[in-house]
This record gives sequence, structure tokens and C-alpha cells, in this order.
Amino acid sequence: MLQEESDLSLIIAQIVQKLKGSNLYSQLERQAWGSWEKRILKSLNSMCTELSIPLARKRPVGEQKELLNKWNEMGTDEPDLSLFRPVYAPKDFLEVLINLRNPNYENGDSLSFRTHLGLIQVPLKVKDIPELKECFVELGLNIGQLGIDDSTQVPPELFENEHVRIGQKVLSEQDSAAAQQYIRQGSPTALRAELWALILNISSQPEDVLYYEQLKTNVIQHDLLVDSLIYKDVKLTASNDDYYFVFEDYLYQVLLCFSRDTSVLSHFAFNSASPPKSYIRGKLGLEEYAVFYPPNVAPLCFLYHEPSKLYQIFREMYVRFFFRLHSISSHPSGIVSLCLLFETLLQTYLPQLFYHLREIGAQPLRISFKWMVRAFSGYLATDQLLLLWDRILGYNSLEILAVLAAAVFAFRAVNLMEVTSLAAAEAVLADLSTLKVMPLLQIFLFATVT
Amino acid sequence: MAGKVKWVTDIEKSVLINNFEKRGWVQVTENEDWNFYWMSVQTIRNVFSVEAGYRLSDDQIVNHFPNHYELTRKDLMVKNIKRYRKELEKEGSPLAEKDENGKYLYLFVSQSNKEAYVISLYINNPLLIGGRKFDLRLYVLVSTYRPLRCYMYKLGFCRFCTVKYTPSTSELDNMFVHLTNVAIQKHGEDYNHIHGGKWTVSNLRLYLESTRGKEVTSKLFDEIHWIIVQSLKAVAPVMNNDKHCFECYGYDIIIDDKLKPWLIEVNASPSLTSSTANDRILKYNLINDTLNIAVPNGEIPDCKWNKSPPKEVLGNYEILYDEELAQGDGADRELRSRQGQSLGPRAGRSRDSGRAILTTWK
Repeated sequence: MLQEESDLSLIIAQIVQKLKGSNLYSQLERQAWGSWEKRILKSLNSMCTELSIPLARKRPVGEQKELLNKWNEMGTDEPDLSLFRPVYAPKDFLEVLINLRNPNYENGDSLSFRTHLGLIQVPLKVKDIPELKECFVELGLNIGQLGIDDSTQVPPELFENEHVRIGQKVLSEQDSAAAQQYIRQGSPTALRAELWALILNISSQPEDVLYYEQLKTNVIQHDLLVDSLIYKDVKLTASNDDYYFVFEDYLYQVLLCFSRDTSVLSHFAFNSASPPKSYIRGKLGLEEYAVFYPPNVAPLCFLYHEPSKLYQIFREMYVRFFFRLHSISSHPSGIVSLCLLFETLLQTYLPQLFYHLREIGAQPLRISFKWMVRAFSGYLATDQLLLLWDRILGYNSLEILAVLAAAVFAFRAVNLMEVTSLAAAEAVLADLSTLKVMPLLQIFLFATVT
Repeated sequence: MAGKVKWVTDIEKSVLINNFEKRGWVQVTENEDWNFYWMSVQTIRNVFSVEAGYRLSDDQIVNHFPNHYELTRKDLMVKNIKRYRKELEKEGSPLAEKDENGKYLYLFVSQSNKEAYVISLYINNPLLIGGRKFDLRLYVLVSTYRPLRCYMYKLGFCRFCTVKYTPSTSELDNMFVHLTNVAIQKHGEDYNHIHGGKWTVSNLRLYLESTRGKEVTSKLFDEIHWIIVQSLKAVAPVMNNDKHCFECYGYDIIIDDKLKPWLIEVNASPSLTSSTANDRILKYNLINDTLNIAVPNGEIPDCKWNKSPPKEVLGNYEILYDEELAQGDGADRELRSRQGQSLGPRAGRSRDSGRAILTTWK
């Protein structure tokens, strides 16, 4: 009996150990995200105390009417936002990621990881170039691409016309899977809005418009502290942007509604990234959540000008892809993996550059992080950005962001080798607005000696 | 210093002066022997006035045509357009028959009440982007009117209003209130409204193709080119085609929500002031490309040259209309957007294809 018991306890111990091991990453994630979340909440709460405003409150009727009237022109408001501090900046987030450690990491695991000299210290599995080539096979040199083979020097009969024709066929058959495959070679401008909607399975049903109206009503009725933060964020970023300033008002509408959207938050129930919460005071007794997001709405305004459609597309893109850029997870498209992928690609295939930059105190990730965390929006020209996002949809992955970041460094390698400070490196990489995304990706993946 | 171009200007703008200096040109005064004079519109009046008795020599070039006001003054423009249309009718040109010709009213914005000559068509359905009204500024270089040779600068831009557009009947009287909902401020040669930011024309094109489709967008741009060429053709017969002259115009165009373009006005002296760094770069490059075409090789000019620069020096300009080439072999040589049109001769196309038919421009 004693033997059985001890066997049993051994077995139980082993099972528990195994369970612990398998839960490792989610534990890690929860811990890390938990402390990140606490930090944000703490900042929010101290702001509330300082400014003596509640995290959330119901608007009085007069105020509701006023907001409804100026729903379409919130950009022209000039409230005093000077006291509102940004709750966090990408830099802060990067610091958190850098400090992630895996406590159960065994040194014997990955030899190559031990020699990893980048900032990320979590040994997640990332692809190397041969694997990326397999993955992104449609970007190969002998396959037509929009963003390369539609330039003015190339006669349209060679690729473009046929590609457009195929796109129209895919749309008329409403084949979502085919659309996703098709868009790997890029989308013609005129077809893009419909193709994205098809891939994201968004159709304009009356109930979708109603849903948006409902969210709008929530915004009108309740005022959240984060609204001011949204407002400030948009004011600072979009209104100063050369392309997106035009859509400032749309951004408020979409983001304010987004912050009320509980269906987004139910998505997070299955994800370790639980967003910070705020509560409506007073009679509701419900929990209303506030979510943090980046301004990735703006490029979408180039495609959709009907608010509820714009909203749906944005929400779907966020829930499928972009949320992974602001939450800590081990997912291959999560920001941690992207950072690691970027660093690994650089260190493996551009070692001289990588070491040089490291020597001068310019860890490459410190520069490329802000590009990746915003999926390059605000850094590339709009048409290039849309071509990049075509591929995100086509491959259902954000890994291409890391590959592009590495490709940009490769492209500017000569200049970067000559800089002697982080500031100088930043200057070399400050302006990406003239870059052509597809040639860069193609050359990096398929035309570089590995 | 033999062989260096001697320049004068009465417009103290760095985008000009930097361009002269980078070519190694030498600054002189008006009273000395000069080869190149970038002058304001007031000065050109003096230079070519009967009293002044100015005679330009073969190695002197100026940046205005003597009677550019045929194009830039709205009353004269109307007169010229009317005359041009009558001529087309007489010739039995298919263009004149289109009842759409009636719609080629030019929208003139005017503070005066000279009803006699002003045709005011009020655009109450402007195309809005992000709920904002905007207009287009395009630069057009004319090197000669007879034969007509003109170039369009590829890097035009849209100027947005700061405030949202909200039509209201009480404000219909005053066109400008629809441009801005605040008091109007005159800005020198720009027409009156407050600019709230700019887009490039290529950005506009991307937006319109994405939201409206390729065909209608291409048609819009074709119509814009057509309007510009028509305006130049209309004044060509009365323009003093002095061979010492070239001119860079600023065309202001507005688009309505049916994607139809309307000409607001033509500026003979487009602003060279820059509000931002990007602005400065754009205007610097504009002058650079303009000088490359007007003063070939940056050398002392000979006004008798054929004014046909090689393709390589065009920079950001592209040929908008070349009358000689157009009449030469029947194939269209005018500006065509790569996206919208196929290459090749278009004889025999029906009228219904719209103004994409460039051969009917002859």
C-alpha cells in the first residue's frame, strides 16, 4: 500500500510538473500582463485623483445633446487636455518586453539563443529565412506582385490586367478563401475595400449599422476618462500627420465607439491580455471596459468612408491582428515574437551591422519597435502601407512586419555602418516615406545570399 | 564670367534665389545686361508697355507672357472662352455640339458686382473628404502658345479647409462662407480661404480609386487635363506669343461630388512662399524643373530655340499638350494617365467615350 501511495504521489507530482510546464507561458503572460495592466491602472487612477474626475460617469442630458450635435466635428474642439498625461508610450512597453524572463528556462535548450545579443530574452521559436521563404512563397522573384509589377515601366498586359481580372472574379464569386490567397500578390486599389471586407467576412447588414449606432449612443450617454486620452492621442498623432489629418473626426468616432464595444472584450476572455477596466458609476452596476489601442484606424479611412463599415473593418482588423501588437503573448504574431524575429533575422543575416549598432549603443530593436507596434502606419506612404496590410491579411500573420523592419535595415545598411551614435542611426531611419515595400521584402527574402 | 547666365528678380524668395545660385548664375540689376528676369506681374506690365519701348534681345528670357491677363483675369477669360466656343461651333467641331459644353461654365469667385461679365456658378455639392472641402492646386508650364506646348507638374496638391463643410441656405450668398465658416482673410495672390492642410494629388488619386473606383477617377483626371488645355487653347489666338517668354501658372480647381472638376481661377504668379519644410522642397523642385525646361542646360539662352526640351530634363513635369506633335502624326501625344487609358491612335472613336479622346482636342 505504501508503495502504491508513493507511486501515486510520484505520478501525481509528475503530472503536476507537466501541467506546470504546459501552463508556463500562459502563467508568464498573465504575470507580465498583470503587472503591465496594474501599472496602467495605477497611472490612470492617480490621474483621476489629481484631476478630481471619475474614471467613468454618466453624462447629463444637456451634455449628451451637445455631443450628438457635434458628433461629426469633434476634431474642432479644443478642450484643455494639457493635464492629461499619456498613459504609456511605446518606449515604456518595450521596456516591459525587454524585462520579460522565463524563470523555468533551462540553459540546455537552445544553443543559438544563448548567443542571442538582442534585447528580447524570451526564447520563443521564430522562423529563419528558409522557413520564411516557404511561408511567403507568393512573394518570390518570379511571381507577379502589385507594388512591383504595376509600376509605370511595366506594360500592364504582363501582369496587372490579368491580376485585376482575377480579383474581379474572386469578388463576384464572394469567395473569401480565394480572396485571401489572391491578395498575397497585392490588391488593385479599386478592389481593395471590397476584398478586405470579404476576407474579414464583413458584410453590411442593417444590424451592423444598428450595432454601430448603439455604440455611438453609449458614447453619447457615458463619458469615460479614457475618452480624453483617446482625444489627446488622436490630436497628437493623426492631426499632425500629412495624410491622416483629414480623417481626424472619423478617428474620434471610431475609437470612442471602440472603447465601448463589449464584443471586443469578450474576445479577450480567451486571451491572456485582459484590458484594464473602468466602471460606470451610478445605477448601472454593469462593468464597462476600456481598451487601449493604437491609432491604426487612419489608413482604413482611405478605403471606407461610411462610419459603421469603417468601424466594423477596424474592429475586425484589431481583433484578428493588431491587438497582438499591444499585448504580451507567445503567439508567433505577438509583439514579443515579432521583436525576436526581427532581432534574430538581423543578427543572423546582417551580423556586421547588428554588432556595429550594438557597439554604438543603438540596439536595432529600439528603432524598429515603434514601426512594428503600429504596423508601420504613420511611417510608410499610404499606398505602400496598404500593400503591406494586403499581405497581413493574405498570410494571416504579422510576421511580415518583422521581415520588413529587417529589410529596411538591410536597405540602409551602408549608411548605418557609418553612424556612431543612436541619434545618428535614428536619423538614417527617420524617413521611410519614400520606401517601396514590396521590392524591399522581395530582395531581403529571395535575393540575399544566406 | 563670360558664359554665365545673369539673373535679376524682384521677388525675394529663397526657392528662386537658391535655384539661380546652384546653377552658378550671376546676380545683376535690372539696369545691367541680364539674361534671365524672374519678375512679378507688375513688372512685366512695365517691361512690355508701349511707353517703355523695351526691346528684349535674343539672349533674354522672362517668366511671363505680356498679356497673360487674358488667361488670369476672369472677365477676359470668359470672353475668350465664349469666342473659342463660337469658333468650334463654326468649324462644326464635335466638341461644340456637346450640350455639356454649356456646363463648361467657369466658376469665378469675385467680390465685385460686375454682373456683366462674371459668370458665377455656385458649386453647392463639392466633393468632401473627411467631411472637409478642398481645392486642387496644379502647376502648368507654358513654353509657347503657338504652337501650344504645355507641361503639367506631377506634384500638385489639395488644400483642405480647417473646418467642416455645413451648407446652410442663409450662407449661400457668400461663396466664401462655404469655404470656411470664419471670416475671410485675403492672402495675396491665393484666393480667399484658410488652408487647413495639404494632400498630394497622388494621395487624392489613391483615395478616389479606393473609394470610388478606377474608371471614374481616371475620367476625373482626364477632365482636369482637358479643362486646362481648353483654357490655354482658348487664349492662344490672342496671346502675345513673344518668344522671350514662358510662364508657370497655378490652376485652382474644385471637384464636385459627382467627380466633375471646375476651374476656379488661373494664377500667373503662384505663391512661392512656403509654410512648411515639405512645401519649401516642393516649390524649390518646381522652380528647378521649370528652369531646366525654360533655360536649357542652364546656359545663356537663345530665344530662337525650338522650345522642345529632351525628355530627360522634364523632372516632375510631364507633357500635357504638344500641338506640334498632336498635329504631326495623328496619334495622341497628350498627357495620358497610365492607369486610365490604352496607348495608340484613337481615330474614329465615338464622341460618347467622353473627353478621354484626346485627338478631338486638335
